Amino acid sequence: MSDKRAASAETTLRVCALYPSRMNIYADRGNLMVLQQRCARHGFGFQLTAVDDGDSIDPDAHDLYYIGGGQDNDQIQIADDMRKTKRDSLATAAESGKVILAVCGGYQLLGEYYELDDRRIDGLGIVDLRTVREPGPRLIGNVTIEVSVDGRTRTLAGFENHGGRTYLDGDCQPLGRVVSGFGNNGKDGFEGVRRKNVFGTYLHGPLLPKNVWFADHLLKLALNFADDLPPLDDRLEDLAHQSALRASQKSHGLKSRLAKRVGAS
Amino acid sequence: MKSVSPLKLGLARAVGRLSRSSGRGGGTSLPGKVLLRMQADAIAALAADLRDGAVVISATNGKTTTASLLSSILERGELHPVHNHAGANMAGGIATALLDASHDGRVDGDIGLFEVDEAWTQTIVDEIQPRVIVLANLFRDQLDRYGELETLADGWQRMIAGLPATTSVVLNADDPLLAGIAGGRANTVFFGIEDDRYAEPVPRHAADSKFCRRCGSALVYSAVQLGHLGKYACPNCDFARPQPSIAARSISMNGMRGSSIEIVTPTGSFRTEVPIPGLYNVYNAVAAAAAAHALEISPGAISAGLASAKAVFGRVETIEIKGHNVALLLIKNPTGANEVLRTITAGDGQFDLWLALNDNIADGRDVSWIWDADFEMLTDQVRFVTCSGTRAEEMALRLAYAGIERERIRVDRDIENSFDTSVGGSIRGGSPLYALPTYTALLELRGAISRRGDAPTYWEQAKK
Repeated sequence: MSDKRAASAETTLRVCALYPSRMNIYADRGNLMVLQQRCARHGFGFQLTAVDDGDSIDPDAHDLYYIGGGQDNDQIQIADDMRKTKRDSLATAAESGKVILAVCGGYQLLGEYYELDDRRIDGLGIVDLRTVREPGPRLIGNVTIEVSVDGRTRTLAGFENHGGRTYLDGDCQPLGRVVSGFGNNGKDGFEGVRRKNVFGTYLHGPLLPKNVWFADHLLKLALNFADDLPPLDDRLEDLAHQSALRASQKSHGLKSRLAKRVGAS
Repeated sequence: MKSVSPLKLGLARAVGRLSRSSGRGGGTSLPGKVLLRMQADAIAALAADLRDGAVVISATNGKTTTASLLSSILERGELHPVHNHAGANMAGGIATALLDASHDGRVDGDIGLFEVDEAWTQTIVDEIQPRVIVLANLFRDQLDRYGELETLADGWQRMIAGLPATTSVVLNADDPLLAGIAGGRANTVFFGIEDDRYAEPVPRHAADSKFCRRCGSALVYSAVQLGHLGKYACPNCDFARPQPSIAARSISMNGMRGSSIEIVTPTGSFRTEVPIPGLYNVYNAVAAAAAAHALEISPGAISAGLASAKAVFGRVETIEIKGHNVALLLIKNPTGANEVLRTITAGDGQFDLWLALNDNIADGRDVSWIWDADFEMLTDQVRFVTCSGTRAEEMALRLAYAGIERERIRVDRDIENSFDTSVGGSIRGGSPLYALPTYTALLELRGAISRRGDAPTYWEQAKK
């Protein structure tokens, strides 16, 4: 495409982190560290802006928006502020193809609403999904999903821990298909959401350190590059990815063995 | 009056012997679980024998050490405790401690001393109706098991509201999550640190609960001791740190040897040595002193008890291997790990490091916490580091992101092998070695070391 760019000496990734001091419960800092250090290793500049209560956002001033997860109380408090002072800018950014990465609680907040005990908390409504409560335990454990990117199937490994069950509506696409773990709701086999360059997922762990291919993919989208980024020496990153995959297969294997045993008795 | 029949006690005991002799571990909670299966109120029945009642200690970090320090104080105060010293801190472990102490139909001990898992506090308190409850801190820890901090704090608040007026509640004034949970209740004692010499200007990244529990505003700190503990006030409402009546003052840190502190109490102040290092152990010492004060133990016994306390299994322990000293420090959550890192980097020298990250249930299955701890503190001082445990590679990656050169990082998932290699390397390099395992990695390492005769097993050591 003609409007795609190539990397240059002036390339700088401008990241906007939403409520980083509250929405950080699952080591979300790790995701930001990966973005920063990959930029350094690729030779790009990196700019991080933190926005908090009451701050407005200029939708053109950032290439990538990050929303992490928080404790229930924190999420209730920021949901209101987010709708009032940031919703329109984020919706504009999403429409214009900016990257938004939302993890766990941040993912739930992208949707129409999420339910918490007997309350319903309105979200940003920039993606057509909702998160409801259903009987049953929290969905906790190692998780692996398969994601289709540019015609290739790749894996993301992480850890999920959520009480809410998320359902996608309309023409929303899931981010991936669950290989092991629960995913959006433990029922339909889907995990996360993707709409344009808006990504939502329950995978923390954190997500990007052990899935650096995805970090580079987000960089490519955020910087509007035509080509994939050149490979780096990711031996340690690949080992970490394998370690997370192994953990997820191990717990999955254990579960199916238990299921067999219960079935046999 | 309730009692437990000798037959049930004997059966449960036999299970413990079987467990120990089969090499399956110390049997520190299995006998108690068996006993509770036979008699659900066994804890209450056995605890009723304790002449001087019981103390319950709970916290995210420091339960085992605080209980051990208090045990040493109680001995000086001539109160013989029944204590779950091996750290098994759910109902099974507490029942086992009581079972182990019963002889000829009586519990042999003056006072119960129980560290209790944060999520089990209400259950245990209902059973044994303690004289004193110490609630020392809540930090982000094992979200897959405990859930969120606010939920735990709310649970403790309800528990306190249901206590009889005779129970003394000992709370950490410096923890804004806990300072308000007793409301204006009488018979509540606050402890804290008054000396700001080792304080940091702002909370570290891992600090939670930086927001007022009453109105949600960001708290303002004039001093941060560790995590979210310190001197704070809400700028929006009247919530502020209560004045502690038992406090540590004029602290002087002496590296890995420990610290010297002055403890202020309503009945006078005294200086004492804390023979274990780190500011976090000053908190543990003051918490133990506050509990002892609530039990009306004399300042002399408190001071002597603290000074003569021994390191607890793997909490901060120095073991000798092939003539080389290795310091063993447990890490398990971001704030605890930060304090361990602060302690070992307090000097200037270089050292070697062995770090083992396991993801078993007792460690927490979710290992994301390593990204919240500030391993960046290590960067200038680490010569070589070996990462081990079930999630070794992820630990290694975290250290690379902390700025440790990748050439200095070795990965070997095998606990025993990798530890041997680390010890060999540190001897050859003439470099001190710190070993930082998560909980089950610590058990595995300790097992390997004691099989080879370098240190006693934890249940033997705990028996003294």
